[in-house]
Amino acid sequence: MELLRNIFVTPFVDMVAAPDFLMQVVWEGLVSGVLYALIALGFVLIFRSSRIFNFAQGIMVVFAALTLVGLHEMGIPAWIAVAGTLGVMFALAWTVERVVLRPLVGQPDIILFMATIGITLFLIGFGETIFGGENKQMITAELGIPTGDFVLEPFGGLLILQHIDVTAVVVAGLLVVGLVAFLNYTRMGRAVRALGDDHQAALSVGISLQTIWVLVWFIAGVIALVTGIAWGSRAGVSFALEIIAYKALPVLMLGGLESITGAIVGGLLIGVLEKLFEIYWGAPLLGGNTESWFAFVLALTVLLFRPQGLFGEKIIERV
Amino acid sequence: MLDSDPTGNGAAHPAKGGDAETILEVTNIEVIYNHVILVLKGVSLTVPKGAIVALLGGNGAGKTTTLKAISNLLHSDRGEVTKGAIRYLGADVTELDPATLVQRGVIQVMEGRHCFEHLTVEDNLLTGAHTRSDGRGAIEADLDMVYTYFPRLKERRKSQAGYTSGGEQQMCAIGRALMSRPQTILLDEPSMGLAPQLVEQIFEIVKSVNENEGVTFLLAEQNTNVALRYAHYGYILESGRVVMDGPAAALRENPDVKEFYLGLSEEGRKSYRDVRSYRRRKRWLS
Repeated sequence: MELLRNIFVTPFVDMVAAPDFLMQVVWEGLVSGVLYALIALGFVLIFRSSRIFNFAQGIMVVFAALTLVGLHEMGIPAWIAVAGTLGVMFALAWTVERVVLRPLVGQPDIILFMATIGITLFLIGFGETIFGGENKQMITAELGIPTGDFVLEPFGGLLILQHIDVTAVVVAGLLVVGLVAFLNYTRMGRAVRALGDDHQAALSVGISLQTIWVLVWFIAGVIALVTGIAWGSRAGVSFALEIIAYKALPVLMLGGLESITGAIVGGLLIGVLEKLFEIYWGAPLLGGNTESWFAFVLALTVLLFRPQGLFGEKIIERV
Repeated sequence: MLDSDPTGNGAAHPAKGGDAETILEVTNIEVIYNHVILVLKGVSLTVPKGAIVALLGGNGAGKTTTLKAISNLLHSDRGEVTKGAIRYLGADVTELDPATLVQRGVIQVMEGRHCFEHLTVEDNLLTGAHTRSDGRGAIEADLDMVYTYFPRLKERRKSQAGYTSGGEQQMCAIGRALMSRPQTILLDEPSMGLAPQLVEQIFEIVKSVNENEGVTFLLAEQNTNVALRYAHYGYILESGRVVMDGPAAALRENPDVKEFYLGLSEEGRKSYRDVRSYRRRKRWLS
């Protein structure tokens, strides 16, 4: 009885009793959710245009953040370092296309997936050799990102919104809107979507696989940089940052690998739900630290009922 | 173009009908898949400007491979042209990538239609204009042109292509190719899987595009009957070689073509066994 009460009644009573605290929890969840969504978008974009599940997305976050901090340490001003990092991410995209994807065109998907694991291992080694393995500080202040916080007082309580988090949400939101507009309303965006449907047909109408792949990997690189800055300014820049990408996996399972809406909604949903579960159920009943597994359990449950995810494209098959 | 055979290998080189300018010339090409499988064993053909030329033959004769060799889509199938030359408007195009070729005016409509199934019909058509840089206005105008040829596509323009019927997908694929403002369309098996009435309709549209827009067609087809009624000239392929060619009207009257490809014969129907032995004795070439 006591247990049932703790599961089904007490948490909701607590929520109603302290609505300001509830809002704080939801906000924290939203902030990490936005970042999950962003990373998931990187996966979705590469998957749609090349049917490759890009295992290297996580390490690209670390690599981008490390490059940014590393360049700044060499005495380059913050914003020029950002431009330099973008250049490095473009070079990375170009190299990946040249050295890895192009020779493997037409091979089974699993081989390309293995190739992205190869890229991951290479980037870990390369990053460590050049920038060292120790934890670094993200150059938040140098980039002009405000560090204070807004204090709101809803329902006579207290709600603290850190400026960093607000900035992350706004920038990520703009990036998402920009990407969606790019995919739906531009010539290149249409080509990316076409390529995802049918390689051969895309080739036949004169869409260049090489150009699109470089473009898509570069966009994934930009996403990695933004996520790296946002996550790095909360947790520091180290190779541990890579785990945020693994958090995007349940987002993808939940949202479907092809769906942009799925990535966004899935990301926000998982961000918020895992925080709520941790605070109201996990910590009091299970001793906490549920955030590391909650998302996976949720995704598995969804997969049981909808194998293509909540928003995955229906597989169109004509008989 | 030159009237003589540049390689000096005249075996399968056609006599040209009329004196129209040659737009596409394939000379003695050999295609090998996966470095070992020899599929085309020296195919030569000439396409005059403004003509409809049909490539005929059964399964595995090499029709699709010939078209893909021309449009350079062989690469993603792990195939390559190992011998011979393909010249378009006099220039060697054997090594060009498909995108450049589309810009030069050659586009392929692949066998089995290959629409982008999650894109709307209209988006499908617009991808055809991917290589164009002559502005939004010109592209809009061509979209209207395609919709006049295929009124059905206008009705379905907002539906995802994957949910349209086979005939609509074939129209969509041809319309998409038209959007690139091509001079030459390589059309692979337009009749595949379509009802006879629809096949007729598609070929009527091919004919009117050919007449009104001056687009040259090289089409691969198993439906010899329909193809020879609409084409001006035909080539018959068998196991990777051209075994016969001639003006469509002449091929239609040829007794061998009649028997093997149109299923007609002088002495009425024969038993399958007779046909087989007869065919073995009377292989045209090789």
